[in-house]
Amino acid sequence: MAQKTYAGKSLEVTDDGYLVDPSKWNEEIAKEMAKEEGIELTDKHFAVLKFIRENEASLTIRKVGNSGIVDIKGFYALFPGGPLKISSKIAGIRKPTSCV
Amino acid sequence: MKKILILGAGTGGTIMANKLRKELSRDEWEITLVDKHKTHYYQPGFLFIPFGIYKEQDVIKPKADFIPSGVKLLFNEIEKIDPENNKVFLEGGQILQYDFLIIATGTRTSPEDTPGLKGELWYKEIFDFYTIEGALALKEFFETWQGGRLVMNIAELPFKCPVAPLEFVFLADEFFTKVGIRDKVDITYVTPLSGAFTKPRATKMLGELLQEKNITVIPDFYLESVDNKEKVIRSYDGKEIPFDVLTIVPVNKGDELIARSGMGDDLNYIPTDKNTLRSEKYENVFVLGDASNIPTSKAGSVVHFASEVLFKNLMCAIKGRKMRAHFDGHANCYIETGFGKGSIIDFNYETEPLAGNYPLPGIGPFGLLQNTKMNHYGKVLFRWIYWHILLKGKELPVESEMSMAGKKK
Repeated sequence: MAQKTYAGKSLEVTDDGYLVDPSKWNEEIAKEMAKEEGIELTDKHFAVLKFIRENEASLTIRKVGNSGIVDIKGFYALFPGGPLKISSKIAGIRKPTSCV
Repeated sequence: MKKILILGAGTGGTIMANKLRKELSRDEWEITLVDKHKTHYYQPGFLFIPFGIYKEQDVIKPKADFIPSGVKLLFNEIEKIDPENNKVFLEGGQILQYDFLIIATGTRTSPEDTPGLKGELWYKEIFDFYTIEGALALKEFFETWQGGRLVMNIAELPFKCPVAPLEFVFLADEFFTKVGIRDKVDITYVTPLSGAFTKPRATKMLGELLQEKNITVIPDFYLESVDNKEKVIRSYDGKEIPFDVLTIVPVNKGDELIARSGMGDDLNYIPTDKNTLRSEKYENVFVLGDASNIPTSKAGSVVHFASEVLFKNLMCAIKGRKMRAHFDGHANCYIETGFGKGSIIDFNYETEPLAGNYPLPGIGPFGLLQNTKMNHYGKVLFRWIYWHILLKGKELPVESEMSMAGKKK
């Protein structure tokens, strides 16, 4: 665990940089976290982040692709590299675990 | 007469039919089991067919052989479940009423979900080995193949038996070495995961084994489509990987019946309480094994461990008592690693696979996260155990709850 400062607040984060307490999250924090990933957040990004926060319990790339907000390709375009991992971090929720 | 209805006569449904018939009075309880297929496949055996280790007859037996007398067995397509009214509609118009329902309809491959996968190269140069047809077609192909790029790809998570594609590339390495063309075969393992497996220690152990066997791993690849003309697979973020032969784990989905009944999630898995194994929505509906959305492996070992918890909770529910048994997500997988050796992993919802001995602490005979000949014998013996002990719901000398004894942290 470590402390990081986002939007003027000192927050506890995991070793991978995920917020420990999702309730501390706000849009300003999201913008600064996104900058670290090289992403400038748009309204579309925020719509996806909202969906992600609301569906934390059962999140998959496919589920986001079926959300009606973006398709899977669009999801990759918004959060290049690892869309689920990166968007979860910016959304302030825990790191998604794939259970195999 | 009260009624228990079980949908699906695979590993889970068969075990439950056996356990319940033994426990419940025949004068009070009618048990009915419905399945559309008459053949029971030993699915862990499919993996060995492409390499000529098992033949078709080694993995098939009639389902009816494993169902005890006193259980009504119907071979019929199921049209729809109506959980609001405790009814199940069968194709042909028959309607079954139930007091308790156990859904054990499993998961299946759905190659139709990936554009181009079932194109002109399907079963010519593109194969799955999760169906008997795919495994047999691949065996025939390998008999005359001269070598080239062999790509093993996993299309989507979760999928049945998560170690099978790893075992497949390990066995392919051995097979082509023995045929004498390993130097002409380039094996690549392409996965949507960030490494060989999900959990850190198993990923490290298996990753090193892949490297040792000269198998390339391409992680974080999420398959969008298959191009039959160019012979490449493409990911959603535009990566391309060429193949000469593609072996694939297609998208896995729960049975279409679940979608027709409006009971599933995006992949037709039924939202299920991961501890009690009861449907999140219906008090008299339980879900066993791959058909559920519980966050553990889709595998026969999980079904076996879960069946003991489900049985206890169903008995409580029947008597109107509080359900006290809790499933911990226990999974246990043998991993064939080629050349007569194997590994074994044992884990649950909370604990990742750790090194140690299994099932007897300090003794074994199996070595967890180790690569030994004994582990391989375990896998070989398991087919006999499956047919003769496990399906019949008899006791095995392993606990349904995962134990930390014998494990090293």
